[in-house]
Amino acid sequence: MTQTLQLKINGSDLRLDLDDPRATLLDVLRERLGLTGTKKGCDRGQCGACTVLIDGRRVNACLALALSHDGAQITTIEGLARGEDLHPVQAAFIADDGFQCGFCTPGQIMSAVALIAEAEAGLDPERIREGMSGNLCRCAAYAGITEAVLDATRALALEEERAA
Amino acid sequence: MADVINTQGHVRLGSNAGQGLTRRDGVLKVTGAATYAADNRPEGLLHAVTATATIARGRVTHLDVAAAEAHPGVVKLYTPDNVPPLAVSPDEKIHPFVWRMEALQSDRVRYAGQPIALVLAETLEAATEAARLLAPRYEAETPHVTLDDAEPFETTTTAFGRPADHSSGDIGKARATAARHVVAEVETVAQYHNAMEPHAIVARWTGDRLEIDTPNQAIGLARQTFAAFLGIEPAQILIRSPFLGGGFGSKAILYGGQLLAVLAARDTGRPVKLVLRRDQMYGPVGHRAPTRQRLRLDLDEDGRIAALQHDTLTMTSSFDHFLEGASNASHSLYATAALQTTHRGLRADIGTPGPMRAPGEAPGSAALEVAMDLAAQAAGLDPLAFRLRNHAETDPSNGMAFSSKALRECYAQAADLFGWADRPAEPRRMRQGQLLKGWGMGSAQFPCPMFTAAAHATLRADGSAVVETSAADMGQGAWTALAQIAADGLGLDIDRVEFRSGHSDLPDAGVAGGSGHTATAGTALFNAGADVVRRLVDLATGDPASPLFGAGNSGVTARGGRLHRNDDGRSEAYEDILARAGLDMLRGEGTGAREGQPTRAMFSHGAVFAEVLVDPDLGQIRVSRLVGAFAAGRIINPRLARSQLLGGMVWGIGFALQEEALHDARTGRFTNNDLAGYHIPVNADAPMIEALTVHEDDPFVNALGIKGVGEIGVTGTVGAIGNAVWHATGLRSQRFPIHPESLILSGESL
Ligand code: FES
Ligand code: FES
Repeated sequence: MTQTLQLKINGSDLRLDLDDPRATLLDVLRERLGLTGTKKGCDRGQCGACTVLIDGRRVNACLALALSHDGAQITTIEGLARGEDLHPVQAAFIADDGFQCGFCTPGQIMSAVALIAEAEAGLDPERIREGMSGNLCRCAAYAGITEAVLDATRALALEEERAA
Repeated sequence: MADVINTQGHVRLGSNAGQGLTRRDGVLKVTGAATYAADNRPEGLLHAVTATATIARGRVTHLDVAAAEAHPGVVKLYTPDNVPPLAVSPDEKIHPFVWRMEALQSDRVRYAGQPIALVLAETLEAATEAARLLAPRYEAETPHVTLDDAEPFETTTTAFGRPADHSSGDIGKARATAARHVVAEVETVAQYHNAMEPHAIVARWTGDRLEIDTPNQAIGLARQTFAAFLGIEPAQILIRSPFLGGGFGSKAILYGGQLLAVLAARDTGRPVKLVLRRDQMYGPVGHRAPTRQRLRLDLDEDGRIAALQHDTLTMTSSFDHFLEGASNASHSLYATAALQTTHRGLRADIGTPGPMRAPGEAPGSAALEVAMDLAAQAAGLDPLAFRLRNHAETDPSNGMAFSSKALRECYAQAADLFGWADRPAEPRRMRQGQLLKGWGMGSAQFPCPMFTAAAHATLRADGSAVVETSAADMGQGAWTALAQIAADGLGLDIDRVEFRSGHSDLPDAGVAGGSGHTATAGTALFNAGADVVRRLVDLATGDPASPLFGAGNSGVTARGGRLHRNDDGRSEAYEDILARAGLDMLRGEGTGAREGQPTRAMFSHGAVFAEVLVDPDLGQIRVSRLVGAFAAGRIINPRLARSQLLGGMVWGIGFALQEEALHDARTGRFTNNDLAGYHIPVNADAPMIEALTVHEDDPFVNALGIKGVGEIGVTGTVGAIGNAVWHATGLRSQRFPIHPESLILSGESL
């Protein structure tokens, strides 16, 4: 039985006729909508590769049943850049070499965006490491990831200051 | 950056190589636009899911095929009863780097997690559910999955065909002269690569042409292997592998699921995608086998090693041969008058082990460095002083001189940054608040193999170039570092060089493994560029209209897209030389391989210093600081090399304190085959960590002087952490990983 789902993904409204109620948000994004930037590392909520923002909060999309998010606003890695310009977190990941194979990277970046917005970690590396520990990186680009979060936090604060 | 490699013609190395460029694939990777195999969704795609065995040894007696087939959306189901045949049995050993595979050739189960059926369905959800509905029944036999109960077998070789045993010097005589000896017994456990990207394949046939998207570390060999098993020509197959989401050895070797996906795609006439679940990566795609190692070090009065003996017991599967060569780690690191190493093998009901980042070296180094610490203690020497005293000037296993060895500088720089000089000799002397603090160290070493690679370079009429080789970027940065080398080979700025890579229609770049890919594929690319330059030089110096006419004797250097006379500095742009010669392109070819039998011992070296904090009540161990310094020849890209080294060191943390795959001994099944149960380091486990590189010119290792950085970071680190735990607590764990309970339950008080 087909169910209809209304989602706002990366700013665009989308009506989706879902063929299978078992589908996770991750599999809907990847296999039905072609938004394959979000990765599947474990499908069990254990690695963070599938992290997206749902209504601004970081969520493991593999643990989210698509149907239970009717009406949600979803941001994926594809929706982060501002036109041609990279989001400051994306730019910082490149500058600080916060990845190697790049497979965990979309999840790391989405998680970092949310972590900075949560404003819990600030510029404390220890708390950033803790706050990013739901996102595994087997290449272990952790030093670069922590640096990138620090740099992006500063860059975003500066942007905010300028805007104010 | 003025190095000139004369052997390669008129080309300068160092305009691009040596720069810490950011990754050329960086934007793709941070925007989600980099396409990994599982991201492909060709029209008409079928999703495949394998059912896997839940016993480790026996037979499948029943599968509820009817129930699975009746599930809505299921298109086809394969079991040993109806799987299409392969041209060659998957049990054939067609190449030393092709493992025997499971492609539903029989109802036999030889390890837990083995594929026993394949379901194809219109959606992933339907295929997943149908695979579950198969509800297999078995005739189970008693499995053997541990070092304690597996079957011994005779072997003369370890991994990669190396001899199982080695002896040099007279160990009996050396022991007779020794003043004392120490014995270290160290056990290491089964570890799984767990690349973040699960193994995946998308296979599609168009007529008799096969397209495959799959992450692979050796595309050329993979293509040959697919062709052999399918009974078709390699030229009929295109493999794309532009990005690997981590490999670490597990994607160097094909597994049965890949063959099944290809067969299923041919049989159904539709594209098929198979992505392993995380738990399915425990079994068919390799792992690091457990080891039980014993080292005996005999010392003379002055604390010099007179004899070194290293014995390893490890295991492989019941049907193929890969023995972790741990004892080989003792061959070439420390001076000794006599050396004896052995390996003994067991057969168990497990998937075949394979190369996993620093295979042999990682567990071998872990045990060796623990033994070295014990020996330092026995000799009454500081661990660093003891290692310096036993510094090998030549390779003790064969007497060869080292091609280069800046290990002393590594010790000095890392020790200095770490603050090693302040270390109290006795354990349990340092505290941080309530926590016990300890410092330990280890030496790092990794060989510098070269494989074979080929490359093309084509200079275009506008003076830009395209270079081609089927390299594999699994995170080490091939897209960037190899392009830097290629640009230097051509004497061009990197922005003028287009690098085509990552698919099998290009010249074969060999295997990305053994830390030898940059050296091997890089040499091929450099030589291809140099070949182009040589042709250009011939054109220009022979052309009276060129300012380079007659410059042949004094020499010409290629740089920045121009040829420069060495005598008066006059120069000419590539595009002008081509234009006058009426050429719209100029093509060069190159290969990379080690020439002849090595006459020197070739290794990267390093030193790692670790600080740990141990909670005396809970036994919790945290690495709080890690400093490494590494001498690895020419560093092509310092930014990326540092990341490789740091990554390796964090693997060392996982090895020392966390990673352990557990089997239920009764059923042989895994009890922790997921990322919640099998712990790999998370960000909070990777503390203040630094990796320095020490300058090293190596004129012997290869013409580019490259040694490799991918694996060495794991070596040294494990032992350093183990030794730091001893220094903090006074307890020597005889096993890695060191878990809190091993300290708490040791019977000693913390
Ligand atoms: S794929 Fe969702 S947490 Fe791993
Ligand atoms: S960059 Fe490879 S897993 Fe994180």
